[in-house]
Amino acid sequence: MNMRTENKDRTNISLESNYLQNSPVGIKIIKLNKFFGNNHVLNDLDLEIFPSETLVIIGKSGTGKSVLLRHIIGLEKPDSGKIYINGKDVNDPNFRMKHRLAMVFQSSALFNSLTVAENVALYLKEHAVFEVDSSIKKVVSDTLSIVGLEGKEDVMSPQLSGGMRKRVAIARALAMNPDLILFDEPTSELDPMIARTISDVILNLRKHVEVTQIIVTHDIDLAFYIADRIAVLDEGQILEVGTPKEISRSNNSLIKDFTATHLEREEGGTQV
Amino acid sequence: MNGVTAFFQTTGEIVRLLVESIYWCKAAVTNRSKVLQQMAEIGNNTIPPLVLISIFIGGGLALNSGPTFALFGLEAQIGGVVAIGLIRELGPIMSSILVAGRVGSAMTAELASMSVYQEIDALKTMDINPVRFLVMPRFIATILTLPILVVFSDVIGVFGGSVVAMLNHKINVPFAVYYQNIQETILFVDVLNGLIKALVFGIIISIVCCYVGLKTKGGPREIGVAVTRSVVLSFILIVLFDYFVTRFFVLIGFGYRFSV
Repeated sequence: MNMRTENKDRTNISLESNYLQNSPVGIKIIKLNKFFGNNHVLNDLDLEIFPSETLVIIGKSGTGKSVLLRHIIGLEKPDSGKIYINGKDVNDPNFRMKHRLAMVFQSSALFNSLTVAENVALYLKEHAVFEVDSSIKKVVSDTLSIVGLEGKEDVMSPQLSGGMRKRVAIARALAMNPDLILFDEPTSELDPMIARTISDVILNLRKHVEVTQIIVTHDIDLAFYIADRIAVLDEGQILEVGTPKEISRSNNSLIKDFTATHLEREEGGTQV
Repeated sequence: MNGVTAFFQTTGEIVRLLVESIYWCKAAVTNRSKVLQQMAEIGNNTIPPLVLISIFIGGGLALNSGPTFALFGLEAQIGGVVAIGLIRELGPIMSSILVAGRVGSAMTAELASMSVYQEIDALKTMDINPVRFLVMPRFIATILTLPILVVFSDVIGVFGGSVVAMLNHKINVPFAVYYQNIQETILFVDVLNGLIKALVFGIIISIVCCYVGLKTKGGPREIGVAVTRSVVLSFILIVLFDYFVTRFFVLIGFGYRFSV
């Protein structure tokens, strides 16, 4: 699907033309600190994410991965430090977000009173991006095709399985034509087969839309499967950032422990 | 944070939510389908029990006062007494408590569930204001519907009183006399008195129940706790504000034929 869809409706040209433009963002995080009570969750964290790349942040549970993601999307404010999106400080009072940032939550966060189509179209309807309903339907249909849920438009959200809910959440994020997509533990609570399906969906997204992707996971196999680069987070700090090959060759003992299982499987030739 | 600080912080946040809800009323027309849907839910959930309660409250009022009035030969006044009691006090209070229990609890449960399962966060990431999307339709629906329910409750309650007044052998007041007395006693300002209270109570129910729902964190257990908290808080505030609104009306002589 080409998100830069031609649309003949000219009456809402500025909203629509703004929506159709898509420019992947780069992010720079400098000395980020966050406390929850006495718990120093993010500790002088530095990280750079390049436009259009797929960066996977891995770490054990409780190391601050989801908290970092929430800071990037603006759901949390840091106690100190800076976050720059395309060079602009997001906490500057004069900052105006010109980019569309989408997030796929660990729980999928679908609205249970809405159908699949209504969930996916929510951003488009609430922001009146298109004047014509047929344009919205086309975007919904195209995004559901990308995630392999054609024909499920009228299904109510509570009737979906876990894997289907995750795919609808991805479709909803895609429908925003985002410049950045964040994934919070996209394969958690899914069986291995469905987890692989979700991994393939994420991997194939860039065939359809130019976007920067940041994925947070403790699933090491997922990280090695889809990442351009991997950042290892431990106790609120980034230990190392590199390509999957570079991470697999890391001399850091913690990283070696973390990646050991995956590397053993790779060496054994086991299908993941 | 100590109790006093928490009290002022909570009060400030509730007032802020009220101001935001009023601000977002400008989007009511474009969101009219949501408002109408909320109004229909309030009506569907409330009218059947409201009919039952109102009949028996009206009957109870007549039963309590009728025999005593009859002792002094004043039984013909029973219509006005029942009507005044319902229109000014019991109609607004009982309707509001029912709405708080049936509808307010559902509002809290729904918003608390959305908060716990990150649906509110999802709205924010899509740059959709949760107050405009979730609170404003419920706010407008409640303040529009509750006065209608109060009038409905008053009418049913007055009828309930008339039945008891006619059938009870110690009161024995015919319908015609009962309703004649109502016409002679009740002024439009009495009805307005009750409707203004309904408006105030509607604001309390919608804002308090939505606030508690939106602030819920944790898991499914916290949803249940939030529902209980919002209903109890709504009940307390309804009774409190009923006193202060009544006192204010008495002070300014709004609809009162005497000075206090």
